Amino acid sequence: MTIHHEQTNVSPKTVPDEWFRKKEKDLVEAEAVVRPSLSYWKDAWRRLRKNKLAMTGLVFLGLLAIMAIFGPIFSPHAVDDMNLPNQNQSPSSEHWFGTDEMGRDVFTRTWYGARISLFVALAAALIDFFIGIIYGGFSGYKGGRTDTVMMRIIEVLYGLPHLLVVILLMVVMGPSLTTIIVALTVTGWVGMARIVRGQVLQIKNYEFVTASKSFGAKTPRIIRRNLLPNTMGPIIVQMTLTVPSAIFAEAFLSFLGLGIQAPFASWGVMASDALPVILSGHWWRLFFPAFFISFTMFAFNVLGDGLQDALDPKLRG
Amino acid sequence: MFSYTIKRFLMMLVTILIIATLTFILMHSIPGSPFNEERTTNEAIQANLEKFYKLDEPLPVQYVNYLKSIVTFDFGPSIKKPNETVNELLARGFPISLELGLTTILVAVLSGIILGTFAALKHNGFIDYFAMTFAVVGISVPNFVLATLLIQKLAVDYNIFPPATWSSPMHMVLPVLALATGPMAIIARLTRSSMLEVLTQDYIKMARAKGLSPFRIVVRHALRNALMPVVTIMGTMLAGILTGTFVIEKIFAIPGMGKYFVEGINNRDYPVIMGTTVFYSSFLVFMLFLVDIVYGFLDPRIKLHKKAGDA
Repeated sequence: MTIHHEQTNVSPKTVPDEWFRKKEKDLVEAEAVVRPSLSYWKDAWRRLRKNKLAMTGLVFLGLLAIMAIFGPIFSPHAVDDMNLPNQNQSPSSEHWFGTDEMGRDVFTRTWYGARISLFVALAAALIDFFIGIIYGGFSGYKGGRTDTVMMRIIEVLYGLPHLLVVILLMVVMGPSLTTIIVALTVTGWVGMARIVRGQVLQIKNYEFVTASKSFGAKTPRIIRRNLLPNTMGPIIVQMTLTVPSAIFAEAFLSFLGLGIQAPFASWGVMASDALPVILSGHWWRLFFPAFFISFTMFAFNVLGDGLQDALDPKLRG
Repeated sequence: MFSYTIKRFLMMLVTILIIATLTFILMHSIPGSPFNEERTTNEAIQANLEKFYKLDEPLPVQYVNYLKSIVTFDFGPSIKKPNETVNELLARGFPISLELGLTTILVAVLSGIILGTFAALKHNGFIDYFAMTFAVVGISVPNFVLATLLIQKLAVDYNIFPPATWSSPMHMVLPVLALATGPMAIIARLTRSSMLEVLTQDYIKMARAKGLSPFRIVVRHALRNALMPVVTIMGTMLAGILTGTFVIEKIFAIPGMGKYFVEGINNRDYPVIMGTTVFYSSFLVFMLFLVDIVYGFLDPRIKLHKKAGDA
């Protein structure tokens, strides 16, 4: 506010009315928002886009998904096409990633492996998500004694050595795709439930929830409209981090001979099959599955890290 | 603190009981018995065998016997190797797995903390970028891939370390390296982020203002608080490493627990599977318990018990 000296000498009484002009109130202009309003998700996406590493991961995963769906089409060989005279061929124009000890095309098998590994991981993450949301949400929202009992159960389950339980289940149910997913989720949902419960416990006491309640919102509406959207950030991060650990666990099981059975192959099975022949110089047998396992885990890890930063409301700028 | 320890201890017992029961149920729902082989056994012999291993008794009795065997720590004879008891297998395999596991966690914790601390001190500097690149790669490459690479390069191509077995310190280098890289990467990241947070706090400025040497500030003042998150994940990490040894043992042909466990699974050797699972899980649950108790002692901010005068 600048003060003009001549005017300060004028005493209030002598100020003529003409000096003042009533400004037309422009309601439209006053309310206009100059910049596009950013929803939580748009804002998160804007921040994620700035994170080069996370975007690299996202692009890689996109390409991987495309190749997992369409990859086998580019190859003239079927996934279980055996050709014994052609066994253990190094990569060539005929077999881009070489062949294995049955003469099967490693390129085709890699994309089939991608389907299975990604399917296992995504299914495990999704099931964890649903069980975790229901269990954790209920426990956190109810609070009190229910919460205490439900959390005691979780604490005991959390103490179980996961891989041992998974191995036991695999032994009993016999190795198959369903078994792997069941085995991974039986132990996996606990982490998700803990996170959801912690979030709900914190958020349910915020003013906007109280406001919602005082307007007469019913419990389902509060959970759906108030609680869930605000817990989504940590949940999504947890899901992105579940995927690499599921891929790793699946590969781990394959190494113990409890993986997917032939003619199908996951990356873990392919890597594990390659182990005996790696010393005879058939490097491509291990290289391609190992490369894709590592890079997928890398991509999910950096994406998870990026999302963690992007979805954190405290960092909202 | 005392009542917390008791509570935590009881919870540990419940967990072990659940594991034991789960193992028992699962083992008895497997189709096929340990005596199912290609050759047909005489019925009388079969009955005698089942009698010897007490498999002819009703399930509840078997369950009680089984719980007794756990409490007395006598898991009985193996079915496939009748002249050996499960206790003997454990006595032979477990020390080796434990040696591998403990060496690994020692290496992982020490190098992870050092790497993370230097990364935080040189924030956004060369060491920081190097350490964090290393950490992301370390988390992403599964240990069995790393193990194969290490064997191929350091054992076969350059012949620096022996490629397999477990007989001298030189034999330990590759398996420990393969197993430690992942946990080390996780610890380095954790240490770095909590160290960065701690270093901005007032009491560190105060220590600097007092003219303490940078070494003393970092080691005595900052690191103490920065390491709390690391202690938190130690329990689950230890469990991960000790089960992770199974695959590494297989790749390096190390005669540890993993070998007997996998053999037991493939042979449907009930006493071996149940014995190893229960023993191994109990050990892991006990470690988790220890970590929790240690954590309670370390962090003065955690008041586990609200009663006045309770330490």
